[in-house]
Amino acid sequence: MSDYQVTHSKSQVFYDVFERKAELKHQTHYCPGCGHGVAHKLVAEAIADMGLQDKTIFVSPVGCSVFAYYYFDTGNVQAAHGRTPAVATGLKRACPESMVVAYQGDGDLAAIGTAEILHAANRGEKISVFFINNAIYGMTGGQMAPTTLVGQTSTTSPFGRWPGNEGYPLHVCELLATLEAPVYIERVALCDNKNTMKARKAVRKALELQKNGAGFTFVEILSPCPTIWKMDPLDARRWIEEKMLPVFPLGVFRDRPAPQMKESPVPHHTFVEALELDTKDGDTHERAQTSKQAGRSLTLKMAGFGGQGVLLLGQIVAEMGMREGLEVSWLPSYGPEMRSGSAHCHVCLAQERIGSPLISHPDVLIAMNEISLRKFAPQVKSGGLILYNRSELPEGFEMPQARVVCVPASDLADQLGMAKVANVIMLGALMAENDLLTEESAMSVVQSTLGAKAKSASVLEMNRKALQAGREFMQKAATPVQN
Amino acid sequence: MRQLTKGNVAVMKGAVLAGCRAYYGYPITPASEIAEAAALYLPQVGGTFLQAESEVASINMVYGASSAGVRVMTASSGPGLSLMQEGISYLAAAELPCVVVDVVRGGPGLGNIAPEQSDYFAIVKGGGHGCYRNLVVAPASVQEMADLTMLAFELADRYRNPALVLTDGFIGQMMEPLELHPHIAQAPEKSWAVKGTPETRPNAVTSIHLEPDTLEAHVRKLEAKYKEAEKVEARSETYCAEDADVLLVGYGIVSRVLRSTVDQLRERGVRAGLFRPVTLYPFPSRALLQEAKKARVVQVVEMSTGMMVEDVRLAIEGRVPVEFYGRVGGNVPSAEEVREHVMQLVAAPVA
Repeated sequence: MSDYQVTHSKSQVFYDVFERKAELKHQTHYCPGCGHGVAHKLVAEAIADMGLQDKTIFVSPVGCSVFAYYYFDTGNVQAAHGRTPAVATGLKRACPESMVVAYQGDGDLAAIGTAEILHAANRGEKISVFFINNAIYGMTGGQMAPTTLVGQTSTTSPFGRWPGNEGYPLHVCELLATLEAPVYIERVALCDNKNTMKARKAVRKALELQKNGAGFTFVEILSPCPTIWKMDPLDARRWIEEKMLPVFPLGVFRDRPAPQMKESPVPHHTFVEALELDTKDGDTHERAQTSKQAGRSLTLKMAGFGGQGVLLLGQIVAEMGMREGLEVSWLPSYGPEMRSGSAHCHVCLAQERIGSPLISHPDVLIAMNEISLRKFAPQVKSGGLILYNRSELPEGFEMPQARVVCVPASDLADQLGMAKVANVIMLGALMAENDLLTEESAMSVVQSTLGAKAKSASVLEMNRKALQAGREFMQKAATPVQN
Repeated sequence: MRQLTKGNVAVMKGAVLAGCRAYYGYPITPASEIAEAAALYLPQVGGTFLQAESEVASINMVYGASSAGVRVMTASSGPGLSLMQEGISYLAAAELPCVVVDVVRGGPGLGNIAPEQSDYFAIVKGGGHGCYRNLVVAPASVQEMADLTMLAFELADRYRNPALVLTDGFIGQMMEPLELHPHIAQAPEKSWAVKGTPETRPNAVTSIHLEPDTLEAHVRKLEAKYKEAEKVEARSETYCAEDADVLLVGYGIVSRVLRSTVDQLRERGVRAGLFRPVTLYPFPSRALLQEAKKARVVQVVEMSTGMMVEDVRLAIEGRVPVEFYGRVGGNVPSAEEVREHVMQLVAAPVA
């Protein structure tokens, strides 16, 4: 039970009692002489004086200030080690009107959280980051920090930090000042009253800028850690002045308005427009089957080089099937983005719910090159059909179980003057062989698949010709090579 | 109206209709189309899309947005999910709802980008630290990529816990018809959220409880939620299971393959049926046991060396023999391959 009189006044942004230390509820959990108490006070008083208490969300880090939410009577979120700027980003983006204060120590911010602070700063997140640099890990008991000075001993640099092994102290203000977006970066020190007053001003400036929506604001506060440094509080303050200031010079590293930029290019739409739920393209047909399709299904495999339009051909066939009221699936081979690798896809058209979209034995194979023919032809169902993109079969190729038709689609496409339509020629050939897919949907699907390119009348005409060329080739010239 | 849609895109369409208004993510094959769809849709409807610097940052941005009460999600594939596990543990601990999609690829390590189901342990058993569980749904079609993503948002809010959509490269990359009703779901009021407003000022989101008794009470509270979910949220589907001698069990893409296998086996006179878990946590143990008791043998098929099979064995309690067949490396078993395996199993003399 404490029976002493509380004579000092406390910022209204602090709670009346600090429940963290139940037995002494007016005490903090910070050590005597620790800089966190002063830094907390500077932040709390600024929030109170600026009337921002209700708007503030304080994000605590992992480190000695992990329990900052026991002190700050504001909205509070406690973050994982190093992730405070990421958590603050999610909060500020969700609540742009709020004041988001991210408070981090040197291990949290400059070691494990280096990526998060750098990128939050680079994006110009409209938050205020207060960075407590005491050159040591406090909570875990005195291990080396990224800001530990050269020669400084710690439990994990017992012989003193040696740059040959551990590198040099990280200068975060200097690092962040290389970025375009931040509007305010300053380093201050809690080494004497004069500098503490400078720190007070810096904290207020950062919050003022955030309040005005200016951009990313950052204040590094060199702060004493008497317990781990094994000094009394006064010596600790002196140590900042004598040892830290030469390495971490004080000053303003950035103070300028956010860079001018154009308005956001994002258009605003209703969700129906954004998700394209109102598009004309789609399955407008009744699901009820026409008698022609009753009980019918078709499985296809299309294969060739990447760039031959094999995957697109499969999509077109699937889309046509869907518009005919069938169940459909389209399964691509997918790989690292590159051209001229091999590509293939599986397409199922069926009246019933489709089981495996992966087809072991397709009814139809469209082979756009010899590799695909040799690889996939043996899988084709007995009595199935193979359309091969050449005028004749490769030497020695035997295919007893399926009918093979050579459709020199690439050559025909070249004759039409548009090499890209070889796949549409194959579609025409396929349609000549199978009445599951109807004429009426073919061109509209091709048109919608082409998207913006379909606006060109000549492109559309070329595809129409390609479709016709494939069909006519089958009608006129296609004689089964085998069977 | 049905639209031919890629599985990954369907996830995001479902998410927008579920009221998701924030996405934080990092690209990875075969999940990137989810981020691309989010980048396209969310800003247009006043939401937030941000490509983060890493999966670690992504999941922590999700933590921040969820703290503010927003319906938020991220998506990735195996390696990215490994990086997110710490954050997911924090989200579960702090009772923050969110949706995370794992479009599983081949592992371990960089593995490959072909489909696998080898993240089952990491996702269903909870790959992060501590006593928490993920609520897990496993879509098997493009339509379900949307529908179960919507369900995941509901479950996440209902239990204030991360909900995971566990799918694979094939379901993510394939296209099928998708039918959506143009209706935006209303997220529940979240009085616990921290929004920078006078009403929410007393709220605090945290996952630290230093006193053992306090932490134990907190973990018990989480446990009670999971027990409740186990009672009411398990979902499953069957096909021809009624009279099945051989009960095939698989989830996601494998359940599609097994559906074809069932047809092929029945054509050959083998009475086969399918049991497909739709939720993986809670695992539909009771429903499975009910179906399995009628069968002579249970055949589990996975694209892993055997992960879900452990939950199947726990559910069946040794009452029926449980066989396992797995493919890995990005190889998807064909219906015929499984059929032949089962034919041999059925023909083999009983030991």
